[in-house]
Amino acid sequence: MSWISTSAAEQAEMLSVIGVTSMDDLFAAIPPELRSRSWDIPSGRSEMAVRDYLKSLAARNDSSRVSFLGGGFYDHFIPAAVDALAARSEFYTAYTPYQPECSQGTLQSIYEYQSAICRLTGLDFANASLYDGGTAVFEATTMAIRLTGRERVACHPSLNPLYRRMLETHLLNLKLEIVEGDNPEDSACVIVQNPDFRGTAADYTALGAQCHAAGALLIVSFYPISLGLLKTPGEMGADIAVAEGQSLGIPLNFGGPYLGVLATRRAHVRKMPGRLVAETSDAQGRRGFVLTLQAREQHIRREKAMSNICSNEALCALRALIYMTLLGREGLREVAQQCHSKAEYLKSQLPAASILNTGPTFNEFTVRLPRSAEDVVVRMAGRGYLAGLPLAALGVGGSNDLLIAVTEKRTRVQLDAFAQALEEECS
Amino acid sequence: MQLIYEKSRPGCRAITFDPLDVPTATMPPQLCRVSPASLPEVSELDVVRHFTNLSRRNFGVDSHFYPLGSCSMKYNPKLAEAVAAEPGFAGLHPHLSSDRAYLPQCQGALQLIYETERLLAEIGGMHQVSLQPIAGAHGELTGTLLIAAYHRARGHPKDTILIPDSAHGTNPASAAIAGFKVVEVPSNGDGTIHLNAFKGVLTASVAGVMLTCPNTHGLFEPDVRRICDLAHEVDALTYYDGANLNAIIGQCRPGDLGFDVMHFNLHKTFATPHGMGGPGAGPIGVGERLEPFLPGPRVVPRDDAYALEWPERSIGRIAAFFGNFMIAVRAYAYMLHLGAEGLKQVSEHAVLNANYVHARLKDVYLSAFPARFMHECVLSAAPQAKQGVRALDIAKALLDFGLHAPTVYFPLTVKESIMIEPTETESKATLDAFCDAMLQIAERVADDGQRLREAPTSTPVGRLDEVRAAKELNCAC
Amino acid sequence: MYPDNLRYTREHEWIRDDGGTCTVGITAYASEQLGDVTYVELPRPGAEAHAGDALAVVESVKAASDVYAPVRGRVLEVNKALEERPELVNESPYDEGWFFRLDDVSAAEMNGLMNADVYQAFLKGLEA
Repeated sequence: MSWISTSAAEQAEMLSVIGVTSMDDLFAAIPPELRSRSWDIPSGRSEMAVRDYLKSLAARNDSSRVSFLGGGFYDHFIPAAVDALAARSEFYTAYTPYQPECSQGTLQSIYEYQSAICRLTGLDFANASLYDGGTAVFEATTMAIRLTGRERVACHPSLNPLYRRMLETHLLNLKLEIVEGDNPEDSACVIVQNPDFRGTAADYTALGAQCHAAGALLIVSFYPISLGLLKTPGEMGADIAVAEGQSLGIPLNFGGPYLGVLATRRAHVRKMPGRLVAETSDAQGRRGFVLTLQAREQHIRREKAMSNICSNEALCALRALIYMTLLGREGLREVAQQCHSKAEYLKSQLPAASILNTGPTFNEFTVRLPRSAEDVVVRMAGRGYLAGLPLAALGVGGSNDLLIAVTEKRTRVQLDAFAQALEEECS
Repeated sequence: MQLIYEKSRPGCRAITFDPLDVPTATMPPQLCRVSPASLPEVSELDVVRHFTNLSRRNFGVDSHFYPLGSCSMKYNPKLAEAVAAEPGFAGLHPHLSSDRAYLPQCQGALQLIYETERLLAEIGGMHQVSLQPIAGAHGELTGTLLIAAYHRARGHPKDTILIPDSAHGTNPASAAIAGFKVVEVPSNGDGTIHLNAFKGVLTASVAGVMLTCPNTHGLFEPDVRRICDLAHEVDALTYYDGANLNAIIGQCRPGDLGFDVMHFNLHKTFATPHGMGGPGAGPIGVGERLEPFLPGPRVVPRDDAYALEWPERSIGRIAAFFGNFMIAVRAYAYMLHLGAEGLKQVSEHAVLNANYVHARLKDVYLSAFPARFMHECVLSAAPQAKQGVRALDIAKALLDFGLHAPTVYFPLTVKESIMIEPTETESKATLDAFCDAMLQIAERVADDGQRLREAPTSTPVGRLDEVRAAKELNCAC
Repeated sequence: MYPDNLRYTREHEWIRDDGGTCTVGITAYASEQLGDVTYVELPRPGAEAHAGDALAVVESVKAASDVYAPVRGRVLEVNKALEERPELVNESPYDEGWFFRLDDVSAAEMNGLMNADVYQAFLKGLEA
């Protein structure tokens, strides 16, 4: 099987233009002793057979249950126009817009995405995307280290434990200290997450002021949908805001591809990693868009570059832009309001004493069950639910603690039935 | 074209929701934003028309020949998109892998991860593969962190990585971000590594050597095995940058060449779409020495089900879950369809096409190196530049032929470089149209230089003022 | 192009002895190679540097280059005008486009740098 477009006759003609007699001659530069022996790869299969096989693997996954699973990744509604537009091959089969004249579609969409993220976060500049929420935390941290020249990083317990672990891994060969807490003294930054991993929403404005008094930066990791209601990182005085952009019209995808969001203040833009698009004009005065500040990137600056990022998640950023555009000013507020109201309703249907959050929550909260959260998850699966995330699995809660998320997709009927089922399975 | 924000009209909206069927809850005001985010207020048709029209201002592989050197812009099969749309993959929550209670619900995904890793390991001649790294450069970072962990575990931390001057910029950037000093190894006049210079910088403090083979000059490194052996003699590990794997797939394997660790670019070699810059995926392969350090968790077959395990001395998590899973789904479909014979044809036709283009152009544009090119060829527009038409002008002129430009000014080691990678999926007719255009442009250099310097004229905008963009930094509205 | 009263480095900085303090910038060759300068990142006054330490960054649309201290010294003052008008580096490399002033500079170190003739011969070598 192949996707080769050359006929046998054409192949022979091409070989003669090159001046060789066989395809094998083309590989004369590889020393014969290094050529592969046979390798254990199966024979090719037809499109039909491959589709059947992968369908059979997909069928061994269950994505049909009513989901209350969140933990940083959420089951939101995705309007049909997101898929229809992002599936246009002029977008998905294009390369990085290094030739701006034939990439204005890409460049203008990135400019519009950057603008949407600035409007969402209350900050001045957003880059064209990073890989995901966890690597965005890492990039923001190294950016803070560059800006302050300090070698300590304070990691607040509110941060998603997966991101904390990723940060440690990415920094493991550097002489840096990662400390738990929110003490900005001698630190490059304090990293907080809002709402925190267990669901509690807070205002970090005072912490931002403390950071600035101590010469540190405040990094806020946020949940994009929550900014339909919640105070923005900009309003809190954050220097850098980062997010997992999955909730903005990107399917759950079993972990990827997702979207790393990063935004910052004007004062810090020249230390911001990743691509950036700017408006300009051509000789005739027509408006156009180009990549800018590229000289700081790896393909030019090499070992002195601020980041090694090359491919990013532009197609996911396009999805996020289309999603935000379809929702608009009022729609985003409404989605956030629905998520919050439905979560509050579910809370009201559960025993009050079981809820561990002491402060307000947005759409996710933690309950302590009367029995093992894992057992309950298994029993609830049998009744058609993904009941939530047992926190012990990530090392951030007791064995009976369950993190429950509610999105706008859940109906009152589902919430009532879920509360009832949970009560029955816990008794 | 107007910005979507310029089309906004107060009160307009596209998507509506069912009315709230529970009481409206109120968030404490001190936790709320002052006013809603000023996202556009437009109808669904406004949105659809806007983005459809934007898409028409792009060149993609489906519509245009895209001979970008170093990028492997091959055809992205629709089969891969169809399987990626399966709800059993796309709708799967990643935390199903976070707790053993959920593992029975994602067995198909875990099986796919396991099988894809095994297939890539066989293709690369590696012992194990991890799908975690999210991009090629992320794979490089992961690989250099593995190298650091290996030396630390042996009690001999080392601080230097050797990288040829022809390498992609991500190599030195990744090594530096991982905390290494970078020492550059010069090329010789033939465009391959200067072996004596390499020996001169190969000291006991060298932790690793990063190579691309064929290198970014499009040339197979004739001393690759010797370089790996020399590195191993001083206990340095060898890293294979898989950016150019398309040239050798089915012909030889990085593991057999002597490499300890490598990354694969699924969006290059395995035909997953580039998506205007991403998402890609950069799985890494390792030999036995680095296996204990791999990122976790790993998917392993246990009895009659797939389970997760942490390698004994794992560096931790490089991604939250299993990297860009949906990109792996596409790449797996690609590999299953091609199979052993099809994958071998990939490199054969990639090399055939590059050499055919080279043969047709080499008498007009300067061939950068005398040796046989592999999957891409490097030419120089130095003769044209002497007459006032630079590589950049030639690239822009090609756009007016409806052809995407090749890579220009990379590799940095060649003046006025034009780097052409046609890929295996292009037909002879397309290659001929491209070569004809290149030759026609060269003929116009002497008499029509001014028009070439003003190209393109057929695109929605002409050459843009990048200086103004950088000075004004208008990056959001 | 290359004034006689300056000393030059292989990294294309120039340095001028103003009697007690020294002024540093980049040469006309360097600014031509960069093309239109779009941004200059300047050191903090008071910063101390050894010869060869990166003190500033000069950026165009195609390159970002470090500007090194030609000799050991302490930064006395920086050219604030470049923040608003980076194009001065192209328009007036030896005058209005200066980068920073150093004091505590050793005369011996200065004398070890190239004079205008030697620098021009060095540039010829680069082009060959």
